[in-house]
Amino acid sequence: MLFSGRRRKLAVNAQTEIYGQPLQFYGQPPLENISLSEFETFAVDRLKLLKTVETLGVSYVKASEQYSFKLMNESKSLNFPYRPEAGSMDDRKPQPGPTEYDKRRKDHISHFILRLAYCQTEDLRRWFIQQEVDLFRHRFSELHPKQKLEFLHRNNLQYDTISVEEKKALQDKLISSSAGISGITVEDQDFYKVPFQDALDVVRMRKVYLKAGYVYIPHQDIVTIVLNDFRTRLSKALALTARSLPAVHSDERLQPLLNHLSHAYVGQDYSIQKNVGKISLEQIDSLSAKSFPLCMRQLHQALRENHHLRHGGRMQYGLFLKGIGLSLEQALQFWRSEFIRGKVDADKFDKAYAYSVRHMFGKEGKRTDYTPFSCMKVILSNPPSQGDHHGCPFRHSDPELLKQKLQFYKVSPSGIHQILELVKGMHYQLACQKYFELTHNVEDATFSLNHPNQYFTESQKLLGTGRDMKRETDGAQRSQENASTKGSSTAREAAAKPPQQIAEMTEELDSFFQDA
Amino acid sequence: MPCSDYDPASLPDLLPLYYRRLFPFSQYYRWLSYGGVQKNYFQNREFSFTLKDDIYVRYQSFSTQSELEKEMQKMNPYKIDIGAIYSHRPNQHNTVKSGTFQALEKELVFDIDMTDYDDVRSCCSAADICLRCWTLMTIAIRILDRALRDDFGFQHLLWVYSGRRGVHCWVCDEAARKLSSAARSAVAEYLSLVKGGEETVKKVVLTDPIHPFIKESLAVVEKYFPQYALKDQDILGRKESVDKVLALVKELQQAFQKDKIPESRWEHVLDQALDKQGTTKKGQHFEKEIMLQYCYPRLDVNVSKGVNHLLKSPFSVHPKTGRISVPIDLKELETFDPFAVPTISLICEELDRPKPGEEQSEDTNKNEDEKDAAEKRKVRDYKRTSLAKYIKHFDQFLDTMARSWKGELLKKSDLQKDF
Ligand code: SF4
Ligand SMILES: [Zn+2]
Repeated sequence: MLFSGRRRKLAVNAQTEIYGQPLQFYGQPPLENISLSEFETFAVDRLKLLKTVETLGVSYVKASEQYSFKLMNESKSLNFPYRPEAGSMDDRKPQPGPTEYDKRRKDHISHFILRLAYCQTEDLRRWFIQQEVDLFRHRFSELHPKQKLEFLHRNNLQYDTISVEEKKALQDKLISSSAGISGITVEDQDFYKVPFQDALDVVRMRKVYLKAGYVYIPHQDIVTIVLNDFRTRLSKALALTARSLPAVHSDERLQPLLNHLSHAYVGQDYSIQKNVGKISLEQIDSLSAKSFPLCMRQLHQALRENHHLRHGGRMQYGLFLKGIGLSLEQALQFWRSEFIRGKVDADKFDKAYAYSVRHMFGKEGKRTDYTPFSCMKVILSNPPSQGDHHGCPFRHSDPELLKQKLQFYKVSPSGIHQILELVKGMHYQLACQKYFELTHNVEDATFSLNHPNQYFTESQKLLGTGRDMKRETDGAQRSQENASTKGSSTAREAAAKPPQQIAEMTEELDSFFQDA
Repeated sequence: MPCSDYDPASLPDLLPLYYRRLFPFSQYYRWLSYGGVQKNYFQNREFSFTLKDDIYVRYQSFSTQSELEKEMQKMNPYKIDIGAIYSHRPNQHNTVKSGTFQALEKELVFDIDMTDYDDVRSCCSAADICLRCWTLMTIAIRILDRALRDDFGFQHLLWVYSGRRGVHCWVCDEAARKLSSAARSAVAEYLSLVKGGEETVKKVVLTDPIHPFIKESLAVVEKYFPQYALKDQDILGRKESVDKVLALVKELQQAFQKDKIPESRWEHVLDQALDKQGTTKKGQHFEKEIMLQYCYPRLDVNVSKGVNHLLKSPFSVHPKTGRISVPIDLKELETFDPFAVPTISLICEELDRPKPGEEQSEDTNKNEDEKDAAEKRKVRDYKRTSLAKYIKHFDQFLDTMARSWKGELLKKSDLQKDF
């Protein structure tokens, strides 16, 4: 794509306008060309920022003072915008370092680069959206009240407020619909009447009064509408970007870089089968006690006891087994031998269940090779209901039952206490990791857990190479470093190419978004 | 009781008769065209058929009512499912560029299945139901119907008996049909209170303040609870179920040992709850939590979530029980009896014994063109069976909806006049 002089000027003007605002919805892709080295640093820095968002979200209450403070510091040190009050254009006294304009530009461009890297699978999209939404929430809450209103105006998010009389009539309902609302706040604040489709998060969690299709949102919670809108836009945009992805994939220079970016922070992709056939079916019972995370151990046990698992459990457990190396033939044999001990006979199994096992291995239907579920997926999607054994025990079991189970597995009382505390704070993966440490006799696990298959691999590593191994470097950090050095080596390779090609590449980049 | 002995082996013989003379095609077509407000609405709808030997064919679609009729009479499906309205004709989905064939709209649907209540009913389990546990479905319909109307503002709700052990709800408002899947899952979650699987004992947890939606739902449950839970299910009398309740309120062990009468045991629960309300914050709503855990509707959220999810069609036959999936008239909900729902064998039999007096209806001799006459004959056919009252209710449902389409069409033509 070639810009004429005039077109370019227009583009730059549009850009200037966007960067005049402290916060944006990322509706317009960047239109300028950037160098490959900038491309690389921008992307890596934003990943660092999003990773911080994730870690802070686990360790602190979102929007608490400490959370905001830490997030602001990280933004500052990575040269992202962090002070909403700073005007971008009128940095009068020249300060050392990047200007506000530069920071907003970096924010804009880096967001769009990561869209490319993170639109590829459902797991990646989920992670990216979650972190971007949290980052957005933080930034929006830092705005001044006046700026918030301006933002709503500019993005056409305006709704009717209800009259004083209506407010009086509904007072009781409004108060009992939300924990943070008292009689006084009802009187003091405006309430907006918003179609429920525009405020799904608060509808879902029943945090708001709903009548005849409208939710009544107090001014203090207006952020929920903004976030709802942001989330919807972003997930639509990612779906569209994913469709233009074949073009990106065929680009030899972009593709490795994007892959490194996406793997750097969400961990390994367990859909690629390694170790196929290294595990025998006889080993599974003992492995389940030694090296399975609790979620899988629970499923295994339920399967052995009931000779059956419902769909949710079959998916979660079946894909996990595939991930640890069961071949299709082994999987078929495994499920069949267990099911036919229950109510299902061999014929029925072959008719009704074998298909779905083959499906998991991408041998039927759409032939997509299904990826084993990550912890996030297990914890967030498809919660177990009556008759189900899937899900994450740290998230979906009664604390009382979890406690009994841990006692049964001989975890020490102090260990149980620590785990339950983490569960109480909703840090399910950390609780699981604690369980790992306690049952493997290590003090500090050298990884940060985000996948049941990772749990298994790490466990096998420890059990295979002897216990009590101490590792010097922090594993999570190390893998990050690895990833970014790998990333920059691709960048170096690419940088070695003639400059003309690089210019071409970035021009192509914006054409991907144009298509979308 | 009329003879309704149904033998699954007779299904292949009965289905052709059912689809030729009884299935309400014209109402069915009228429903799914939604007044022709949107173009190709019926034509782009997916149907899927389950044929003999569990052969499952997806992505069927039809351009007209008569095509649908012919096809159904040819294939005689054991079961019919309705899917989404797609961007293209579903039967041509292989010919369009991949990625462009997309589910666009569908009714918002709910599926409530008695098997999901197995931990709280003692009369039956799994696929079995009886009139005692059927109360759970009545409660579910009352609660959801109110919430979908009052809270979400929907008006056109079609409740349907699934033919075996549950009920379905089809929310047919235009706004409902256009909901994204994120919105569908938000609605379903708003309506879900009972959470957790086999690893959870306490499945309902209430926190202060209690949301108006929960208060309204509790009001419904309270009406049924004494008769249903304390008497019919005897949850505080039979040992196993008492143990389950005690797992939720351990404090009452002693009191329950002294007092064996279910009603007074329940009073102990209430007293205990009252005491707690005076002192601690935690667990102060446990009597409400127990009522909800035992009676609150259990939705299959996954069915509601997806725009492209298929659901068994009204007027489809249940191959195991032979019962027709009939719409439920909420005015008669309290007396609705799933075992009185006609089976395919019953209505086919009724066809063969003409009811006296009805034979000579006034319009028989009037001049009509042939198609009309055929249509009339079919109408007279189903009117002679026990299917009649259900089809009548379906007609009323469609009439109410038609009034709202008229509004739509008027608006549109007014707009056109303005140009
Ligand atoms: S945290 Fe992850 S690995 Fe651990 S039990 Fe939960 S889902 Fe399984
Ligand atoms: Zn029963």
